[in-house]
Amino acid sequence: MSNMARAKVVAIPIPTGQIDPERILESTMTSTPEKPQAPVTEGQAAPAPVAAEPEVVPTLSFRTVARSLFKHITRDRIISFLLGCISISALFLVWYLGTKYRFEFYIRFKNVPTPAEVFNQLTQVGLSNKYLVNIAISVKRILTGFFIAIAIAVPLGLLIGKYERVRDLFMPCVEILRPIPAIAWVPMSIMLWPNNEAAIVFITFIGAFFPILLNTIHGVHSLDGVLVRAGRCLGANEAQLFWNVILPGSLPHIFTGLAVGMGVAWVSLIAAEMISGQFGVGYFTWEAYSLVDYPAIMLGMITIGVLGLACSGVIRMVGVLLMPWLAYAPGGRR
Amino acid sequence: MSVAEAHAEAARGFIDVRNIGVTFGRDENEVVAVKEVSINVQPGEFVSLIGPSGCGKSTLLSIVAGFVKPTKGAALLDGKKITKPGSDRGVVFQQYSLFPWLSVRKNVEFGLKMAGVDQNKRLTTARSLLDLAGLLSFENHYPDQLSGGMKQRIGIVRALATSPQVLLMDEPFGALDTQTRVVMQEILTNIWQQFRISVLFITHDIEESIFLSDRIYVMTARPGRIKAEIKVPLPRPRTPEMTDTPEFMNLVQELKGLIREESLAAMAPEIKDRGLSGFGMKVGPKGVGELY
Ligand SMILES: Nc1ncnc2c1ncn2[C@@H]1O[C@H](COP(=O)(O)OP(=O)(O)O)[C@@H](O)[C@H]1O
Ligand SMILES: [Mg+2]
Repeated sequence: MSNMARAKVVAIPIPTGQIDPERILESTMTSTPEKPQAPVTEGQAAPAPVAAEPEVVPTLSFRTVARSLFKHITRDRIISFLLGCISISALFLVWYLGTKYRFEFYIRFKNVPTPAEVFNQLTQVGLSNKYLVNIAISVKRILTGFFIAIAIAVPLGLLIGKYERVRDLFMPCVEILRPIPAIAWVPMSIMLWPNNEAAIVFITFIGAFFPILLNTIHGVHSLDGVLVRAGRCLGANEAQLFWNVILPGSLPHIFTGLAVGMGVAWVSLIAAEMISGQFGVGYFTWEAYSLVDYPAIMLGMITIGVLGLACSGVIRMVGVLLMPWLAYAPGGRR
Repeated sequence: MSVAEAHAEAARGFIDVRNIGVTFGRDENEVVAVKEVSINVQPGEFVSLIGPSGCGKSTLLSIVAGFVKPTKGAALLDGKKITKPGSDRGVVFQQYSLFPWLSVRKNVEFGLKMAGVDQNKRLTTARSLLDLAGLLSFENHYPDQLSGGMKQRIGIVRALATSPQVLLMDEPFGALDTQTRVVMQEILTNIWQQFRISVLFITHDIEESIFLSDRIYVMTARPGRIKAEIKVPLPRPRTPEMTDTPEFMNLVQELKGLIREESLAAMAPEIKDRGLSGFGMKVGPKGVGELY
């Protein structure tokens, strides 16, 4: 459906009449390359054949620039964007109305700060060093824990997924440790690590580790066996097979793991910061609670939400850039 | 010198399968897939293996490819025992087996990359092979953007890229529609004509096997054995017109007769005893084609 919508906007010369994709016999015999078939999917990412058409040679004018901008603004995207706005506005509306009329029926909006108060808080605190430093520290902890988790979970997951013996060796440990939530690791972690910082990073790591590991294993298992056999036949040794077939083949599932892992990492980080921390957004929020600074609580929460959103957005973007082929996969991203 | 010429000068492989037996499972689950099969493919020869489904054709090919170890006997390539997969044997699978994350050209380059061939050499080889397959203009597409016939053509040239001694093909056109399949057969004979590589080709399509092969092995129903060996005396290069000649027709009749018995044997015993006419079906020598 979205393909059709897009195809209308992208200006691709589609030859009249059906092109028979198998009309190639002559070309095999005479070795003249076949004319490119009209792009089966949307043309936006079909590079070579479009560029080869002489009439598409771009002349830089306001019109072409505007058109290339507009071709990304499709009806489909406008609708998604509008629905997104509606959903966020609704959230704000509930908050606004609840605090305006001091709604009180089991749920108490009595002490909840109004949007205006929180906005005020942002303009005051937001410029302060303290708030920004807290954000920077949380982000640093997340990235450290998350990247260590990737560095261990992905290779381990590939090995467990590939080799029965490695699986037998590691899975019992994984199955026992996995149900323990990262928050339950807080006391142990504080005892275990020499300083607070390492303890918090460790808890973040634990949160991200298991989703990435399990999805990587799943990725290897769902890889079509014929691709592994094809790789072997083409002369790939074991290491080459891992790097060139098993890793790229599992990449879509690994990225699912990264997205889930990032979410859990934030949950774990905030909990750890609230309990044991100095600094960090979680600490900022908890401190506001102990100081009975209601607008700051709200600001802390919103900050966490926005940071989490930004992180998963980055992961999704990297995924799209690293896996361009998924745009054409049957039942894939679109 | 083109890739094809360069390849044709290299030695061509000799496949020798001796008294192969394959048994899967144990005890009550035991399945004898292949029993006492000996076949060979002479250097530069195109040999087909034809038989009812489940008779062990894929198993036999997997042994030559090195995926399956025989329970009995051995498969040799140029006198050396086959123990594991390798790039000296190109394989084309029935399922589409292009790597979806690589562009068409990178797919063709894959084997060369594994062998450590430098980038320029890879590029020129892949380009000329894609040109041969009539798909040069699709070099930057992803496999999921192509039709089934295109994917299989790329699968064939990808298998040829590493200059293997032999080409093993397991019903490569089985998933294609009839029209595409006929065109693919012509393309394959053309490519083969240039490479002159030894080919072991599995199919259950009688016309296909005759059109392509120098020699055809007919297998029995499971447990698979060799029932007959038929030479195809049609001249090369093969053309579509040949399929209308009396020689071709006679071969089709002969093979249909052989296969019919085995297809019946592969079915339930009741059908075997009564024959298909017992079910009110009219089965002449031609009617068996409907079985597939
Ligand atoms: N890995 C396996 N384990 C158990 N049985 C198998 C295995 N592979 C094949 N078989 C059995 O061996 C027989 C031959 O299979 P196959 O070689 O695929 O036949 P064909 O390719 O001729 O259709 C079939 O009955 C099949 O069920
Ligand atoms: Mg088979």
